Amino acid sequence: MNGTINGSINLIGYGLSAIGGAIGVGLVFAAYINGVARQPEAQRVLQPIAFLGLALTEALAILGLVFAFVLK
Amino acid sequence: MIALTLPAQEGGTFTPPGVSSHLPAIFSIGSFDFTKQMLLVLLSVVLIAWFFIAAGRKGQLVPGRLQFAGEMGYNFVRNSVAKDVIGGKDFVKYVPLLFTLFFFILVNNIYGAIPILQLPSFSHVGGTYLLAIVVYVIWISAGVRRNGVKFFKMAVVPSGVPWPILPLVVPIEIISNFVVRPMTHSLRLFATMLSGHLIVLIAGSGIEFLLAQEGFLLKGTSLLVLIGAVAMYMLEALIMVLQAYVFTLLTAIYIEGAIHADSH
Repeated sequence: MNGTINGSINLIGYGLSAIGGAIGVGLVFAAYINGVARQPEAQRVLQPIAFLGLALTEALAILGLVFAFVLK
Repeated sequence: MIALTLPAQEGGTFTPPGVSSHLPAIFSIGSFDFTKQMLLVLLSVVLIAWFFIAAGRKGQLVPGRLQFAGEMGYNFVRNSVAKDVIGGKDFVKYVPLLFTLFFFILVNNIYGAIPILQLPSFSHVGGTYLLAIVVYVIWISAGVRRNGVKFFKMAVVPSGVPWPILPLVVPIEIISNFVVRPMTHSLRLFATMLSGHLIVLIAGSGIEFLLAQEGFLLKGTSLLVLIGAVAMYMLEALIMVLQAYVFTLLTAIYIEGAIHADSH
């Protein structure tokens, strides 16, 4: 085995921090699917809210990715 | 292209492609570099203009195939983004903006899934900053035009909050509405495009590296990487469309929040 891998340890930290965002996005869409399953006609109302929730939750993971690249 | 950008094998160590491995500029005038991203953005303008001019040229009552595709795209942005989110009779004014944004971003993202082009233009952060600044100026000016200078007070002081908490809430609202919002708006598109592009790139160079190793089993593992890469590629194709939708939807939500600031 002569192969070694170079890279930044920051990205491992980012991987760990992305767990939070992943759980948040999962919760948002779980709630959305639940809502639509119980009341299918509410889908048009719920969809923008779900994507807004996705966007707000995802913001943390995105900031994490940027900091993982920026911080040395 | 991959061989150009990636010094993949140097003495048996694998150097993954990173954010700093840029394609060389196509040509440069002074310190201004004309890069592949710029070429793709210009191409996208031509493509979109050509498609919608061709789709709208013969406005028939019973649409043909091309006209139907164009109408479906327009209908999607008009009804399920602009009308559902902004609502009322205000939305018509913002349909051209949202429509342009959606298809501009969509075409520029889809580049990442087309084998020869294979570079989403917004994987460079400059383009998304500009788009976010345009949207930022538009939603603030929409709010000011509708509500006057009072709009800034409406945007940062939520109604129904007891006054002792206000010193805590107002700075948070200022930061989240006027500082973090345009940042995340641009970085979301950039980061998803960058990471999607990087995954495909890393998988490509990883396959190349593994195939160059001696040892039958080590060569064989490149097949696993290929399977994973194809799966990620499909996921990325989905995310490209989704991010164009999310960017447009957020633009609509920001505009709606600005023009109806009094009811939020």
